[in-house]
Amino acid sequence: MTEIRFTIDGRACLAKPGQTIVEAAKANGVYIPVLCHYEGLKPAGSCRICTVRVAGRYMAACTQPVTEGMAVENTAPDLEDMRKSLIEMLFAEGNHLCPSCEKSGNCELQALAYRYRMMVPRFPYLWPVRTVEAGTPLVMLDRNRCVQCLRCVRGVRARDGRKIFASVRRGARVAIEIDRKLAARLSEEEARRAMDICPVGAILRKGTGFAKPIGKRRFDRTPIGADIEKGIGR
Amino acid sequence: MGKPVIATASLAGCFGCHMSLLDIDERILKLVELVEFNKSPIDDIKEFTKPVDIGLIEGGCCNSENVHVLRDFRKNCKVLVSVGECAIMGGLPALRNGIPLKECLEEAYLNSPTIAPEDRLIPNDEDLPIILDKVYPCHEIVKIDAFLPGCPPSADLIWEALTALIEGRPLHLTYDLVKFD
Repeated sequence: MTEIRFTIDGRACLAKPGQTIVEAAKANGVYIPVLCHYEGLKPAGSCRICTVRVAGRYMAACTQPVTEGMAVENTAPDLEDMRKSLIEMLFAEGNHLCPSCEKSGNCELQALAYRYRMMVPRFPYLWPVRTVEAGTPLVMLDRNRCVQCLRCVRGVRARDGRKIFASVRRGARVAIEIDRKLAARLSEEEARRAMDICPVGAILRKGTGFAKPIGKRRFDRTPIGADIEKGIGR
Repeated sequence: MGKPVIATASLAGCFGCHMSLLDIDERILKLVELVEFNKSPIDDIKEFTKPVDIGLIEGGCCNSENVHVLRDFRKNCKVLVSVGECAIMGGLPALRNGIPLKECLEEAYLNSPTIAPEDRLIPNDEDLPIILDKVYPCHEIVKIDAFLPGCPPSADLIWEALTALIEGRPLHLTYDLVKFD
């Protein structure tokens, strides 16, 4: 198979045909931050945290395939600040009360905020009024924390392939809806996977919580993306 | 030049950030050598008696008294620091921000199962501070110069930030120190 030569911040990299910039970067030990992207799911390009610049144009690195000779800008200060502002926007437009969230320490949005050293969002908090759906036996849907990444819509399905989560309404009123009947049939393992697929604490496995103590959670000691940068993710 | 003067206050918070400050353990002896405390619950000085170099604010603003104390701190402190989640984003008290104030008061003082029927009354004494419609983070009320996240921020984070401010050196925060919980 012919390999594609491209660069990330001037560093020579190789990619396989069809690989997206995020995948190829990962294979070359370069971390491009992602939130709506999840390995194994069709990319959606909805959060734009992975925005990179190629020939002066901004593009979502999770949906854009690598082409021969492509020169990707990933860590330019203005790009990094734009990503940080996206994270801050997500914090300001939801109700992200980290100290009372079961996903704290394992939350990808929080981990990105740590990585980008967000001390306070630069935007005013909107305090949206959102509902919690706890009417299914194994999972709970807390829309206060939802960032509309659509990972649950794309990745959580019933055994017959039907979607369990869906996106309803548009604009500021957009929300994730859960199919109660299908969700009631989720197995223990499927419920666990639904919680894992959610990058924030919007989908939680009921009946258990705060399973790992502070200090042993996913992002307590190592920043998000550190495994890729150390080459472990390759 | 004398020692830098420090003041602290707790607004709508749980005093956990003050406890975290005290959690610096034996470094507190060094702190006493480094700084002089002015208005603070730690020494129980109620009013500012001199200009202050560094003000540490814990908690957000949930009532008119919080706003008054915060504005007083802004007026009297050269550098004002928001300490902890409540000061930075309202924290757990802000859980009420999605509920109309009338509903909150009725739930607490009229409909709560632990209230005897004869005691059902929403407090309205003129000496009581007015409750705000929402819990506000401090930087939405006055200008804040620095933010120390955490619930509470660790003693090490507070120590690092405080000593950096006192010594006038850049803040060095390792990954372990900055956490939101």
